[in-house]
Amino acid sequence: MASASDELWILGIHMTNFGKRPESDIVDLAAEAVSGALSDGGVTMKDMGVIGAGNLMAANAGIGQQLQKQLGQTGIPVYNVANACATGATALRVAAMAVKAGECDMGLAFGVEKLSGAGLLSGGSRKEDSSTWTPSGRYGAVAPVDGRIGTEIMPGVFAQIGMEYGHKYGGTSFELFAKISEKNHSHSTLNPKAAYTKKMTLEEIMGDVMIAYPNTRPMCSANCDGAAAAVVVSGAKLKTLSKEQQRRAVKLTASILTTDPWEESCQILPDVNTLTRNAATQAYEQAGVGPSDLDLVELHDCFATAELVHYDNLMLCEQGGAVDFFNSGATWRTGTTPVNVSGGLESKGHPIAATGIANVWEVATHLRGEGGDRQIAGAKVGLTHVIGLGSACGIHILEKSAA
Amino acid sequence: MAKQVPLVDYLELGDDPHLVANECTSCGARFFDRRNACASCEGTAFKKAAISTTGEVRAYTIVAFAAPGVPVPYVAALIDCAGTSVRANLLNVTPDPEHVTLGMKVRLITEVIGTDDEGTEAIGFGFEPLGG
Repeated sequence: MASASDELWILGIHMTNFGKRPESDIVDLAAEAVSGALSDGGVTMKDMGVIGAGNLMAANAGIGQQLQKQLGQTGIPVYNVANACATGATALRVAAMAVKAGECDMGLAFGVEKLSGAGLLSGGSRKEDSSTWTPSGRYGAVAPVDGRIGTEIMPGVFAQIGMEYGHKYGGTSFELFAKISEKNHSHSTLNPKAAYTKKMTLEEIMGDVMIAYPNTRPMCSANCDGAAAAVVVSGAKLKTLSKEQQRRAVKLTASILTTDPWEESCQILPDVNTLTRNAATQAYEQAGVGPSDLDLVELHDCFATAELVHYDNLMLCEQGGAVDFFNSGATWRTGTTPVNVSGGLESKGHPIAATGIANVWEVATHLRGEGGDRQIAGAKVGLTHVIGLGSACGIHILEKSAA
Repeated sequence: MAKQVPLVDYLELGDDPHLVANECTSCGARFFDRRNACASCEGTAFKKAAISTTGEVRAYTIVAFAAPGVPVPYVAALIDCAGTSVRANLLNVTPDPEHVTLGMKVRLITEVIGTDDEGTEAIGFGFEPLGG
């Protein structure tokens, strides 16, 4: 049994409403999330010993210091982090590492993004061909290659990741991937914080605008604005806090970040599989639980095609068994392993740097029994997962307080 | 014949167009760009290796929505060329899921992607169905 000082807990946590937030800039959104997390935990900026600050689209803007100027400049170290779609999880990981190392007994993590109306984030524009062919870049390209040598757009990259799984194990189809999206859109109807809360039929999803087969528009993560923040506290410090703070604290039993080890095809198609499996293996060991112990999972469904492969990568099913697992109904909120009861990135939305903490908020909310209409009854253990292409994988496992 | 340049430096033109990789002499890992050390084994010696011009489609997507100036739809694919993964478009195939299939056998072809002000042609590559 670990001593109390080795334990990590989420003391306070908050996510803003996701969606179009034209009235708020990134500092406003960050401040809203952080204020919410501090007040949820019954603490203030003066209690924090470190800040992990995540924002991807303006990663050089020092969002951590901007947040301090908004809520309280106490002189503590700020680590501004950027790690693609794993940015929020990375910020949380920074706070967790600092507390675990004993450098401080409370740390703050937040992630914020303004993405409404952003369109394609990669491959969204292409330069015109130059008037004379001149090799440039690491491949000596004489002209833009997106659309000429495969695709750089994320819906297409992740489409291939799902199709590759289908080629390896069989059983996938346009309809199957659309059904995964149908599930998440159905789940979103119970989440008032989601960017989109409209139930969609399979026909509507399959008949919507095709982006990159087999991903239609509602099968893609929704660009939107939002922020999320969390306060991490050591077990020793938590013991000195009030009974109510201890009761609502959620134990952070695993905090893991991995990158992709070399795989033959990783220079061609980013590998999201091996690093997720590695992170999951480490996380289950650190938390002392297995996939069958999970009462809910929030995983990185940046596209419907991605959700399928992560059932397998997180070992929620047997290797190669993701299609059967989904078809069994296991991942619906009424199933054995509810996945993305928040609506997932496809409907809750994906303000990139916020996502890795927003999914922790979702799980923590269920473990506290504060999930309202979408509460997973009796939830005790949950897992969150994000993938940043390039690649980085963040996994956090949370456990309900025994207090 | 017009002067020609390859779209990327790992496409070798000539009578028998093919792709060329930097192959780690220790472990055989292949890279289309230059590496200081092998990402797999950290070896620092590389040699040029010709990539098979035939392969099998291991994954694909049909891109219907892209940046302005990128003609759609197009088929982007991951092709397994005798053990080396290659990223390319599929050409000479109707871009719909009835005509593009996982596991289909394909071969490398080249095409002119444009001519610059000096009359030089840029040559790109893609894969087309074998026996199609």
